[in-house]
Amino acid sequence: MNVDMKRRLFLQQSMAAGAMGMLVGAGLLTPKAVLAAWPEEAFKAKSMSDALKVLLGSDATEASSEIKLTAPEIAENGAVVSIAVETGLANVESITILAINNPLPLVANFKLGEGAAAYTATRIKMGKSGDVIAVVKAGGKMYTAQAPVKVTVGGCE
Amino acid sequence: MAAKKSGIRISAKHINDQTLVKVLMRHPMENGARKDKKTGEPIPAHFIKEVTAESAGKTCFSALMSGGVSANPYISFKFKGNKGDMLKITWVDNKGETESAEAKIK
Repeated sequence: MNVDMKRRLFLQQSMAAGAMGMLVGAGLLTPKAVLAAWPEEAFKAKSMSDALKVLLGSDATEASSEIKLTAPEIAENGAVVSIAVETGLANVESITILAINNPLPLVANFKLGEGAAAYTATRIKMGKSGDVIAVVKAGGKMYTAQAPVKVTVGGCE
Repeated sequence: MAAKKSGIRISAKHINDQTLVKVLMRHPMENGARKDKKTGEPIPAHFIKEVTAESAGKTCFSALMSGGVSANPYISFKFKGNKGDMLKITWVDNKGETESAEAKIK
């Protein structure tokens, strides 16, 4: 087992034990180690395709009517756009939200853990009008739904 | 527990065999692309990168976020959960700052 593998295993075990916060508090782990999982390249990607490839390993998606994406038709304030995603798809692993016309389209990725239902809601920023896209990873496949949002005042100024 | 005023507000309600969680976190969520209107200086990025939710020793939900999430982020999710159990929310931002809070599932 090489050093990287050991480190990964150590991190996983720490997480499983829920001891991450304690370790950080005790100064045993630097914040950098904690943030190792944050996929910087995905969040810095300028296209949805690049972001998905880094984040979820592929950009092969399929539109699904099983995903209910709730977004306002008109957002008066682009700084606060309420989004909700719910799906009847089975074996959902994660829900990803992108705003296609934002300079950096990937907004957030939600991972479902122990006992979680396929639902999430949040508030995002939108620089200008465009589609909000929800990508649901379920059973190893990626499904999408999209909704156009007309932004009156952009949220990135 | 120290009585430090928390910047995390949690609501966790068990209804119909499911717990509906709503979390509000106090944070500027600066994406690093904005400029100070007076000085023209860029405002450094300062945003929450990760949020984790734990209950009964297990991670029930986690989020990876960018500066594209609105200031004072709001997240809602549903999980099975048990009435009376504690739900712990922890965030870590790009500066390595972190905050946690707990609430009882009602």
